[in-house]
Amino acid sequence: MQPAPPAVFVAHGLTKIYRMGEVEVPALRGVDLEIYSGEFVVLLGPSGSGKSTLLNILGGLDTPTSGEAHWRDHDLAKSDERELTRYRREHVGFVFQFYNLIPSLTVRENVALVTDICPHPMDVDEAIGLVGLSERANHFPSQLSGGEQQRVAIARAIAKRPDVLLCDEPTGALDYTTGKVVLEVIARINQEFGTTAVVITHNAAIAGMADRVMRLADGRITSVEHNQNKLRPAELSW
Amino acid sequence: MNLLDKKLLRDLWRMRSQAFTIALVVAAGIAGFIGSLSTYDSMQWSRASYYDAARFADVFAELKRAPKAIERRIAEIPGVADVQSTVQFDVTLDIPGIAEPVVGRMIGLPEGGQPRLNRIFIRQGRMPEAGQAHEVVVSEGFASVRHLKPGATLAALINGKRETLKIVGIGLSPEYVFATRGGAFPDDRGFGVLWIDRVHLATAFNMEGAFNHVAVKLAPGASERVVIDALDRLLEPYGGLHAYGRSDQVSNKILTQEIGQQKVMGTTLPLPFFGVAIFLLNVVLSRIVSTQREQIAALKALGYGNAAIATHYLKFVLVITMLGIVIGVLVGAWFGHYMTRMYTDFFHFPHLAYRMQPWIPLLAGGISLLAAVAGALSTVHQVVVLAPAQAMHPPSPPRYRKMLLERLGLVHWLSPAARMVIRNMERHPLRVLVTIFGIAISVAVILSGTFWRDAVNYLIYVQFEAVQRADAEVVFNEPMAARVRHEIAHAPGVRETEVSRIVPVRLVSGHLSYRTVIQGIPQDARLHRLLDANLRSVPLPRAGILLTDRLAQRLNVHAGDTLWVESLESTRRKREVVVAGTVGELIGLSAYMEIGALNRFMGESDVVSGISVALDKSREKDFFAYLKGHPKIATSGSKTAMLQSFKETSAKNVLFFTTIFTGFAAVIAFGVVYNSARIALAERAWELASLRVLGFTRREVSAFLLGELAIEIVLAIPLGFPLGYFIAWGLIQLMPHETLVLPVIIQPDTYAYAGIAILLAGTVSALIVRHRVDRLDLVAVLKTRE
Repeated sequence: MQPAPPAVFVAHGLTKIYRMGEVEVPALRGVDLEIYSGEFVVLLGPSGSGKSTLLNILGGLDTPTSGEAHWRDHDLAKSDERELTRYRREHVGFVFQFYNLIPSLTVRENVALVTDICPHPMDVDEAIGLVGLSERANHFPSQLSGGEQQRVAIARAIAKRPDVLLCDEPTGALDYTTGKVVLEVIARINQEFGTTAVVITHNAAIAGMADRVMRLADGRITSVEHNQNKLRPAELSW
Repeated sequence: MNLLDKKLLRDLWRMRSQAFTIALVVAAGIAGFIGSLSTYDSMQWSRASYYDAARFADVFAELKRAPKAIERRIAEIPGVADVQSTVQFDVTLDIPGIAEPVVGRMIGLPEGGQPRLNRIFIRQGRMPEAGQAHEVVVSEGFASVRHLKPGATLAALINGKRETLKIVGIGLSPEYVFATRGGAFPDDRGFGVLWIDRVHLATAFNMEGAFNHVAVKLAPGASERVVIDALDRLLEPYGGLHAYGRSDQVSNKILTQEIGQQKVMGTTLPLPFFGVAIFLLNVVLSRIVSTQREQIAALKALGYGNAAIATHYLKFVLVITMLGIVIGVLVGAWFGHYMTRMYTDFFHFPHLAYRMQPWIPLLAGGISLLAAVAGALSTVHQVVVLAPAQAMHPPSPPRYRKMLLERLGLVHWLSPAARMVIRNMERHPLRVLVTIFGIAISVAVILSGTFWRDAVNYLIYVQFEAVQRADAEVVFNEPMAARVRHEIAHAPGVRETEVSRIVPVRLVSGHLSYRTVIQGIPQDARLHRLLDANLRSVPLPRAGILLTDRLAQRLNVHAGDTLWVESLESTRRKREVVVAGTVGELIGLSAYMEIGALNRFMGESDVVSGISVALDKSREKDFFAYLKGHPKIATSGSKTAMLQSFKETSAKNVLFFTTIFTGFAAVIAFGVVYNSARIALAERAWELASLRVLGFTRREVSAFLLGELAIEIVLAIPLGFPLGYFIAWGLIQLMPHETLVLPVIIQPDTYAYAGIAILLAGTVSALIVRHRVDRLDLVAVLKTRE
């Protein structure tokens, strides 16, 4: 048994309550977790379970109502807007369900947009090569398929050499085959670069490729499993 | 209230700041329209009621001397309803404590006090009492500038004899609503009217039982032309100058010109505002419609008819315009009130009352509503033709391609962020162009409102520094032998003197004629220079006549043509004279001859009617003190005093108009920039929030959005400069300009002022939008697809 790698994310008693007018809606009701460096973690849960809220807090897009959240020595719960922006800029790569590409920029420019503002970026073409889109580097988003657009989003996320890759339903808008291609790319980044990856999904089949699977329901982590037989994305089926 | 109206109000409330900025643009146009037109109407009305109440005459004539009995013969001319003769003379006044020369126009009052025509309105005090020969009524403008009150005394050099006069009243006359001795500049400091017992005045000037000025009231329907001709025939043996109607009466002429300017301003100024307002309404409405496609589809699916839905969207435009009309009417009324009051500095009415006739706001409101609806029609048409099934789908995703400059390979050095900005602009070329144009218009509006100061300064420079270089003009009672010049040359403080001979004339060319004066000056004149339109010196020929170019145009003559010159002084001489050329003066329509040639034309020997004097500034007081005691001098005028009084009054007005125009222009700039930014933000919120998620700071994300506006503002300002020049030029062309023509001169600091003002207005509105960029909801963006 190898010694456990150091934890990059540590959270204790995280709660998040949204106020919708006069109603309080609890999204997280006390979450404790640790995520280790280089891990591939899948957060699994139905919609409304709080998984997106958790990911947003880990990614510095949102702050908890109470509790602690740390990334290494960064206190994510107490950081102000400026510190969170810097945290996202330097350490986090995001991949979203709807890609969120800039329609007025080509593939290469969408990636370059990020490499322009971070300290140790990858070469833009290398990042595009990693997701297999070198041929389409000069295309605009409107000229790409959904899977291709998602791979651009991944290239954009990894080009900054992030410490963590946070993916919110990365295959949610994609068909089966394309979804698998995208998952292959995420798995490869995780393995080749040792980038900690956190993927949230409501698709239980994807859990097969994770090191650990955390299940969420009703704002709490209900179970954490270690995958003894981690599958390659190609072996998944749903 | 029906549900669609409820939706309308809630939608409008949600976009209230945009709606308000557009309403302000409408309001600025309305305010300009209403302010100017109501001022125009109020002036017309005040003038008409004053002229009526004071029995302002219709025809005037000056003559050398006619026996009083002639008055009865004038009354017998068919078409004459009433006649009022009098004696009047210009004299030098001596007011305690005032060094500079002041000219008093002494007008004789009939026995009963009030004349039958051109009645005097007593503002303070009373009319002179019968038999009180030294009591005078003084004109109000002059009295207030010179702080003269009933009870005060002043001295006058009446026909060479010094007399002390007692002021018993302050009054107004319809003949002197605008007080000037003849120039286009108001001169309440240096010129006053004094009404005095006619018999006393006549005796002083050896005019007992005679008159030298007559005013005629026409019977209803009488022809002015016919009466003038009859009057001319009758008065010719008595040294009658040509009679003239109200349109040539100086005070009335300048007043009419000013009223005409208000009409021009009122009808042209609002146009750019309405144009911009229509554009903004259109842009905002089409944005509303495009974000509400699904709602429109749902309404149609639910069974709402096209008319109901079209009306609903039209109401957006109507409500905003109505709000603008309400604000505009209030501001316009204030604006008109202020302008009307401001005119009391120049035009002296007993009551210059402000009124707003209902037709003015009704017309303004009607025009703006029509314009707004016209601007909205194309968008409303889109609503009508929208097929419900198609509208349920989101609009197709935006397509981008490489921009023109890129395809030309010119911009490799641009960062992705800069490319985003520029591609977005290339994607909406029309919107970008119209935004640029809107901002440019606001620059132009400032220029067209503030260039007047430059134009007037230039006019003053040309007229009073380049052309009239004398510091003072000395005018004699009668033409004098030229050697009088030596006497003046030895007066204290005199550096240089130059003779002049001024003869009132009528110039006739074919059926065109014009009353003016010929100024006879030496060929080598230094104190009165003749310049062409480009300020180059024009030589004065030994023979022939030089005309100002506008006078030549008016008479339709060119160099080499001949015209008839008819003198209007004592002996009426009429000769044909060759037009030698033109000069480019901006004030007045005058003519020039070499003084010797003019004397020969008049059949006179070497005579002068005045002396132009250049003074040692430090000894100006001594010079004027010397003149006050000189018996042969009728009047003298100081250039410095006249300009000082003009600049004081005009500075206040310039400040007012600069402020108003800058404020109005800022409203346009703000409306255009703010609305463009809000729409760009609404369309790109998703994209901008995505960038925030990727780690871009608020400042960087704002730069993506506001960069486009910055480029638009920077392009628009230099475009606004020629546009402003063009509008200024157009305004000058439209303005009536008989007495003076303003040059289209805009100084660099005026351009700078306009540019900086708009830059500031744009920056402020951009900063307000930036505040919204700061509050973008990052989490919500991840959940929805645009």
